[in-house]
Amino acid sequence: MGNSPKNQVAETQGLEFRAVAKAFDGNRVFDGLNLTIGKGEFFIILGPSGCGKTTLLRLIAGLETVDGGEIFLNGRAIQNTEAGDRGVAMVFQDYALYPHMTVAENLAFGLRNMGVPAAEIATRIGDTARSLSIDAFLDKRPGKLSGGQQQRVALARALVKKPDILLMDEPLSSLDPALRLKTRRELAALGRNLSATMVMVTHDQVEAMTLATRIMIMHDHVIQQIGTPLEIFSRPANLFVAQFVGATPMNLLSGDLAAGEAGRAAFRLGESDIQTQVALHDLPESTAWQLGLRAEHVALTTPEKPHIPATVDFVERLGEQSWVHVRLTDGSELVATETGVSPHRPGDRVGVRLDGAKAHLFDVDGRAWHPEPA
Amino acid sequence: MAVSSRNEATRGWGNLLFALPFLSVYVWLLVYPLLAGIRLSLYRANLFGGEHFIAFENYVRLFRDGTFLQALGNSLMFVGLTVPVLVLLALMLALSLNRATRFAAFMRSVVFASSVLSVTVLTIIWRQVLVPDGGLLSHFSHMIGQAPVAFLNDQRLVLPSLAVITVWWSLGLPMILFLSALQQVPRSVYEAAALDRATPWSVFRRITLPAVMPAVILVAAYECALQFQVFGQPQLLTQGGPNGASRPLVLYIYETGFNHWDIGYAAAASQMLFALILVALLVPQAARWLHAFLKGRRA
Repeated sequence: MGNSPKNQVAETQGLEFRAVAKAFDGNRVFDGLNLTIGKGEFFIILGPSGCGKTTLLRLIAGLETVDGGEIFLNGRAIQNTEAGDRGVAMVFQDYALYPHMTVAENLAFGLRNMGVPAAEIATRIGDTARSLSIDAFLDKRPGKLSGGQQQRVALARALVKKPDILLMDEPLSSLDPALRLKTRRELAALGRNLSATMVMVTHDQVEAMTLATRIMIMHDHVIQQIGTPLEIFSRPANLFVAQFVGATPMNLLSGDLAAGEAGRAAFRLGESDIQTQVALHDLPESTAWQLGLRAEHVALTTPEKPHIPATVDFVERLGEQSWVHVRLTDGSELVATETGVSPHRPGDRVGVRLDGAKAHLFDVDGRAWHPEPA
Repeated sequence: MAVSSRNEATRGWGNLLFALPFLSVYVWLLVYPLLAGIRLSLYRANLFGGEHFIAFENYVRLFRDGTFLQALGNSLMFVGLTVPVLVLLALMLALSLNRATRFAAFMRSVVFASSVLSVTVLTIIWRQVLVPDGGLLSHFSHMIGQAPVAFLNDQRLVLPSLAVITVWWSLGLPMILFLSALQQVPRSVYEAAALDRATPWSVFRRITLPAVMPAVILVAAYECALQFQVFGQPQLLTQGGPNGASRPLVLYIYETGFNHWDIGYAAAASQMLFALILVALLVPQAARWLHAFLKGRRA
């Protein structure tokens, strides 16, 4: 960052973090954070609780101040701008509606403070209310509305300001599952139709996978990976991402590397070699290796050779598929996916077939190595 | 349907049993004395017996009694001096101390500390402050070369002085009530307002004030009822003097009943005080209803 003078105008439209630092009570939360979010993107920050994702959102909003570095929004440095002047709107996790104003007043409050003419306020509220189907209760106080209705009002209050960037902090987390699914699909439609950049924080990977144009995965205040949902799922950057994303965490087995066919690595697991599609010459020296395999690439068969013998621990039946938890003879555990309702019962002796072509390798630092594209 | 509603009715009477201990004490110690007092006010009665019915003669006499009218005026004045100041000051303190710093926590305790004093201790402390002969304030007067002010012996200063003492003493509870009302507002609402470019004044006007309004009405009504019953401070500091300038209604009732033994007459004065407090309790609530009604008509 040494060559970028202060107040230099960023070329990029959208949002850019340059060497942003933030500390709370002397604890560094971020240090030299760099990040670019394109204009019009639906960008989702995904991570477990306490990973710093909400802090990142609040830095953009101006509810927290940066301790160093710069934030650009559409080419304008905003890190020292007041929260209200940044062109940012936010949907809070608890909605934060003004309890003593009607829905219409909630929507109008920000517009009035921005000096928007009364006639335009009325039109904008009418349009927004209609598009989010809240026009029926514009005269009601938020306390009289259901959780789902309040969520719509919170979204409407953000959208009516026509922000350059829309921030959402776990917007679906307070809704019951059925409503969450419905609202998630509406958010997806909103993301397609809205020209504003959207940044959403969530700990729910299904939301991230279905809504985002790009996902950023955070853990312990460090960016683990940024990529499209498909990249994150099929080529996770490291062990954390591999274990965090997916309906069930990626299976991991410890073993040794060996030379396999056609310059690809083989993974030695007890007596059997698993042929992978990972190029051997790319791999670094590492004292230990792990094989990563999603549950859908583990198949259950009969316990005869050449299959790896295993015992069924327990079965989770989800309806359309089942997760069968098995234990190998060396004690390591695996989850296999079976479509439909699994016939297996705890204690059953089975054989395991691993689809080496889909396997990932992880070195001792947790870095991932992926199969070469076919 | 018929069975379930009958069940509910019987259950309702069963539930009453749980309230019975409270209700019986309430009737015995509050409702019965109230009715007995109303009855007594219609009699000419002496503390040592001998009562005969005189209908409303006591009440007629009250309105010709200069001492009573002076006491009534003193009480109204005292409530007018204390309650608005208490509400405003407590609200300002609550607003400025509604933050999570150690200093704010310390100051909250300091303000509340005076509330734990008994009225006896309170008057002893303030006598040390106010007496012209060696009191705390008299030292300051001497310092700037002025004769000390006799706060408690000046007809114009005695009620305001008692009001200051009372405000100092009673500030804690209203402040705590306002603080708890303020803390009901989630921080995110203020953050949403910041993103909505709200000025400090519009935040106060549209978010903070509506949130504390129920507490303001409660505190105003409660303090009215309480300050109409002021007794200990004038009784211990001034005995109602000078010239009755600090004699409020309760002190008047006490003197009439227990110094002059005229308990029928004192009971009549008590009923007047009761009516006054009743009105004072209803005024803030009525103002609120009227406000809502007018707002409804405008819409």
